[in-house]
Amino acid sequence: METLMAFVIGGLYAAGLYMMVRRSIVKMIFGLALLGNAANLLIFTMGRLVRGRPPLVPLGASEAPPPVADPLTQALILTAIVIGFGVQAFAMVLIKRVYDEVGTDDVDQMNTTDT
Amino acid sequence: MQQAVLLPILIPLATAIAAIFARKQRRLQRLISLCGAAALLGAALLLLATVRRDGITTLQVGGWPAPFGITLVADLFSAMMVALAGLMGLSVVVFSLESADVAHEEVGYHPLLHILLLGVCGSFITGDLFNLYVWFEVMLIASFVLLALGGSRGEMEGAIKYVVLNLIASSFLLAAIGILYGVAGTLNMADLARYSRETPHSGLLTVLATLFLVAFGIKSAIFPLFFWLPASYHTAPVAISALFAGLLTKVGVYVLIRIFTLLFIQDLDYSHNLILTISGLTMITGVLGAVAQNEFRRILSFHIISQVGYMILGLGLYTPLALAGSIFYIIHHIIVKTNLFLISGVVLRLRGTLDLGRLGGLYREAPGLALLFLIPALSLAGLPPLSGFWAKLILVRAALEQQSYLVVVVALAVSILTLFSMTKIWGEAFWKESPAAGEGTPAPAARALSSGGRLLLLAPAVLLALLTVAIGLGAGPLFELSQEAAGQLLNPDGYIEAVLGQAP
Repeated sequence: METLMAFVIGGLYAAGLYMMVRRSIVKMIFGLALLGNAANLLIFTMGRLVRGRPPLVPLGASEAPPPVADPLTQALILTAIVIGFGVQAFAMVLIKRVYDEVGTDDVDQMNTTDT
Repeated sequence: MQQAVLLPILIPLATAIAAIFARKQRRLQRLISLCGAAALLGAALLLLATVRRDGITTLQVGGWPAPFGITLVADLFSAMMVALAGLMGLSVVVFSLESADVAHEEVGYHPLLHILLLGVCGSFITGDLFNLYVWFEVMLIASFVLLALGGSRGEMEGAIKYVVLNLIASSFLLAAIGILYGVAGTLNMADLARYSRETPHSGLLTVLATLFLVAFGIKSAIFPLFFWLPASYHTAPVAISALFAGLLTKVGVYVLIRIFTLLFIQDLDYSHNLILTISGLTMITGVLGAVAQNEFRRILSFHIISQVGYMILGLGLYTPLALAGSIFYIIHHIIVKTNLFLISGVVLRLRGTLDLGRLGGLYREAPGLALLFLIPALSLAGLPPLSGFWAKLILVRAALEQQSYLVVVVALAVSILTLFSMTKIWGEAFWKESPAAGEGTPAPAARALSSGGRLLLLAPAVLLALLTVAIGLGAGPLFELSQEAAGQLLNPDGYIEAVLGQAP
């Protein structure tokens, strides 16, 4: 399972980076979303992938019997997803405004201030 | 006085909320903003005094013991940075009382300013890497909105570059934090410091160090990751870009210094030599970029990059004197660079443009302003007896002691080129005759300044210029403070003990 996840994450990173180097700002935002998802899945995998075993500590013991997945990483992802959602929502509105103002979605045309 | 750690977070948060509720009443909102900024400076100075008296101060929010709870830590370095953030916040708020557009204020200029300060202060005093990520995002979101607030074409173009490159950095940072958690099983910085001292060196930690270097390298604009900075800083309103120039990249530098003294110290040959090389290249590319520019704020933006090179030079050398030099340099730089941007704002108000070709004659018209520009400009270039001279002297001495002669040559050459660009601004904007009217395109009409407005615009600049001179004339106490802070950084046992409550 970890191997499969490694390939999925690698694929997401590759696709995200490819989208980011495109000239269209819409594709750049898609790339950002893919990169964010790749990072979240990476954290998810770092916390071990274990099915059907809740990380509950039995009475009298000091830690849950292994193998269990680390619940903290999933809490981290939850936070990261919320932040990513907010940031991507902002980025969507921004590219809409940029398109209204500049009249194109080609990054190469956005150079009026680079003199 | 543990609660002193919490105040620099609570005050900007409360101010921002109050300012949002007061958005219909402009005068009230400005009053709240001003009081909040003054209170933040007061709280930051209180924190500095507390840390100076009691040593490293920690607070476990909610009472959960470290490394499980949310830890806030203030050592001398972070307390100094918070104090500077408070000072810059107050200066910029006073400046924006006159410079901010009514349209900007109505859509939340003041609340966003304080949320930005909230994120900056939070990044300085958090003791946990994931919380650091969250504070960084708070800071970034506020800066995104501030940058795009005006909605003009230039601002939109700057904003899209700034937003995209900073979000890439954030996703790198998130991935690095995730892998580090998988390796070490903790994200509390003191716990991580203990972990990295107890475990033998592994290749994975080096990879992580590089990932963190890239993530925070983008945020602190080091070579070759700085391209977003000169593309965006000059597009924002002046007060905003002054705050960005003073504080934002320095948060990245602060974190670099923090994690490369606390966490990644196992492979100094690789990581710190890499940082040293990057610092040299950052200085050179930044200053050469500035030489080619012809716009007031773009020149200053490129100089931020070259100055960041000096700051991480001390980290790359990694000796007590060098780190003290870095800390001294950061303090000097924040004061001077904010000041220069504020002065560019005054020039913009007087002339309506910042294009050097169309400026001129300001010395004849406003000799006081010209003098006010000259002080931070010469300080930036490192002329004695101003603060920049001492900052560079300490770093150069530290480099000589390490026999890194090449980097000394680079540092000195870059400071000559800095002087060159400062004299270029001086010559073009202040000294030469004003371009004759009717020649070429006429400058956009400059708005007239009332005497009260003049006071509001110039008071922060005068205060910061006086601070530069004061640091230059009495560098001793500040240098001792920097040395003490560097001592705490290089000997993290105190930090670990303060957070985890027992000797490692």
